[in-house]
Amino acid sequence: MIRRTASIVAALTGAAFLFAAAPVPGDGGTLKIVSSLPRTGSANSQTTSMVNGIKMAIEERGGKVDDWTISYEDWDDASPQKGNWDPAVEAANANKAAADTQIVGYIGTYNSGASKIAMPILNKAGLVMISPGNTYPGLTKPGTGEPNEPRIYRPSGKINYFRVVPTDDIQGAVAAEFCMKDLSAKKAFVLHDRELYGKGIADVFKKTSEGAGMQIVGFEGIDSKASNYRSLVTKIRAANPDVVFYGGTTQTNAAQILKDLRAGGCKVPFVSPDGTFEEAYIEAAGKENMERDEKGGGGVYITFGGLPAKELKGEGAEFVKRYMAKFGKEPEGYAVYGYEAARVLLDAIDRADTKDRAAILAAVAATKDFTGPLGTWSFDLNGDTTNRTMSVNTVKNGKFEFVKASGTAPAQDH
Amino acid sequence: MLRAAAAAENLAIAVLGQAGAVLPAFGADGQLSGQEVFSQQLVTGLSNGMIIALIAIGYTMVYGIIELINFAHGDLCMLGAFLALTIVGALGMAEWSGVGGVGGVVLLLFSAAVFCGGLNWSIDRLAYRPLRKASKLSLLVSAIGASFILVNLGLFWGGLPMDVFAGGGSSAAPKDFPALVSNRDVLTLGDVRWTLNDLLVLAVTVPLMVALTVLVKFTKLGKAMRAVAQNPTAAQLMGIDVDRVIGSTFFIGGALGGFATVVYSLYNNTISFQMGYRMGMDAFIAAVLGGIGNLPGAVLGGLLIGVVRSMSDQYVEARWTNAVVFGILILILVFRPSGLLGAKLREKV
Repeated sequence: MIRRTASIVAALTGAAFLFAAAPVPGDGGTLKIVSSLPRTGSANSQTTSMVNGIKMAIEERGGKVDDWTISYEDWDDASPQKGNWDPAVEAANANKAAADTQIVGYIGTYNSGASKIAMPILNKAGLVMISPGNTYPGLTKPGTGEPNEPRIYRPSGKINYFRVVPTDDIQGAVAAEFCMKDLSAKKAFVLHDRELYGKGIADVFKKTSEGAGMQIVGFEGIDSKASNYRSLVTKIRAANPDVVFYGGTTQTNAAQILKDLRAGGCKVPFVSPDGTFEEAYIEAAGKENMERDEKGGGGVYITFGGLPAKELKGEGAEFVKRYMAKFGKEPEGYAVYGYEAARVLLDAIDRADTKDRAAILAAVAATKDFTGPLGTWSFDLNGDTTNRTMSVNTVKNGKFEFVKASGTAPAQDH
Repeated sequence: MLRAAAAAENLAIAVLGQAGAVLPAFGADGQLSGQEVFSQQLVTGLSNGMIIALIAIGYTMVYGIIELINFAHGDLCMLGAFLALTIVGALGMAEWSGVGGVGGVVLLLFSAAVFCGGLNWSIDRLAYRPLRKASKLSLLVSAIGASFILVNLGLFWGGLPMDVFAGGGSSAAPKDFPALVSNRDVLTLGDVRWTLNDLLVLAVTVPLMVALTVLVKFTKLGKAMRAVAQNPTAAQLMGIDVDRVIGSTFFIGGALGGFATVVYSLYNNTISFQMGYRMGMDAFIAAVLGGIGNLPGAVLGGLLIGVVRSMSDQYVEARWTNAVVFGILILILVFRPSGLLGAKLREKV
């Protein structure tokens, strides 16, 4: 009997607690934001830069939005065994976030494959998710990926996933166009790492090339853990392409492929997407392998969804200046997206002024003409940014160097 | 040089078994013909295979003597590569050339060998010897534990604030290993290239394999090793210090791994704390394929895997290569459960 009384008391206390925690506008509680990015492995220097961006956005608001105190946690979705994002860890992160009612925003992920796992979990929980790094189009755009995409990521039927980066259907096309127009390539050999992101962008590259008259002389998925790719290089040499495109990341061995190409005497330009737009790529590949030779052969090109830090103008340049003053280092390519993702989220919390997940989600979806370092942009109905700026970069003397921009740059002053 | 080129031609003819008919296909026209592609893949496959074989010997020696699959072996090699890169960085070896350059490579080879040998010996002393009387399974679990420790040591090592580790900013990133041995052509046959790198692999692995054979077949230690492998109790009764012999086996197996890892690093020019897993896996398959516990078997298995990998990359598709390798392993184990050169089947872990 005593036990029964005790449980009733406990239930009442619980109910009272629930009422106390019910959303009252601006009651000055704590709201939690988490990010889920690969912090173990070679993406670390990129993601550290992104986390710095997120922290900067929160600090610039004094750690508060209205009367709400914002607390931030930096979660890792990689495991030491993989040295890269790990499906099991990402699933655990998403479940943890879904269960913790204090969490009102999930910033992540970096890898598109990881979002595939987190999206349905967070969708059911009605928690808003903003990715600063995913570029695989199928996550949001119907008709660009599998037939059932993106429906399978939205079990509740509502959109809870947004991204501040332009997608690979644009990026892959920019890469293909660059190869044809600027490098005057007639034949391309395409490799990919068999991951969602890498294969996805390689597919777009292939489709665009074939549509525009560049011949694809080889299309292969590689083993991203192999010790070298010398056999593959022989195969590439036999196919005699003008350019090699790799849909993959630094973590899936882009640097080793480049090295083996050069060691195997294949001196054609090597083009890779934004998954290699990080210092770790140069470190792993060795800068001598990235230079063009006397005859103008070789060279590496990296496409990136947006402009590199140095090319940012107006508010973007201000961001870089503040970042360098605070962290004493130039931000990596994705830092500004981490910053922007956090700012959009904080802005939505500001407008919603509640801890209710659904209201914050609605506020994020309503983001329109948002002005920041990336210019002025909005979220479209799929949850994608309207920003379509892309850039092509190269490496000279061991440093990334801007080559050209494409796409409509959004207006800086609004 | 002429004579060398002629020798290479003869070799290629012999390899292809189409004397006379093949030569027109080997033109240095920048366009690889079918035969050139095949020969180049063979060269690549054999070089990769020799590295795998050298590591596989370490596996198979340990297995032969205490019936333990030493899962820490690949990770031990990984640490050897980190030591080599540390030495390269500390001595500024990337700038050495000529005789100095050759001396540098020799120095790397021997320091990594002593280091890996010593480390392997210590692992045996600390993690395996206390379990000598325990079940084989405890020994296996102990090996997996040792492997984890080594991987994490590698992760820590990669974070050292040295230029070669890119300042140590991101310890987990793959590291660029300077190309101390250039990629200059030594022999060419049309567009088929046999480079200084391939020469390095050959020049290190073959003498080591010969030396090891001599050691096992003709020395007192070798005889003791064979005796312990056959029956440890009987060997002890004959007055052989079994623990010492096992220790020496670990040292030699580790040292071979040390040589192999330096060759691997100079050949691939990238090292990472995770490379041990793949090195160990390839070598393990090679050892099983050739008949685990059998030294020539490990070499044969290694070469076979190297060549199969190359050919599969070329003629099947890179993404099927692992499936092809394991498929062949399964086929061979179905028809010859003890491997290609393995002796009778024994109860094993």
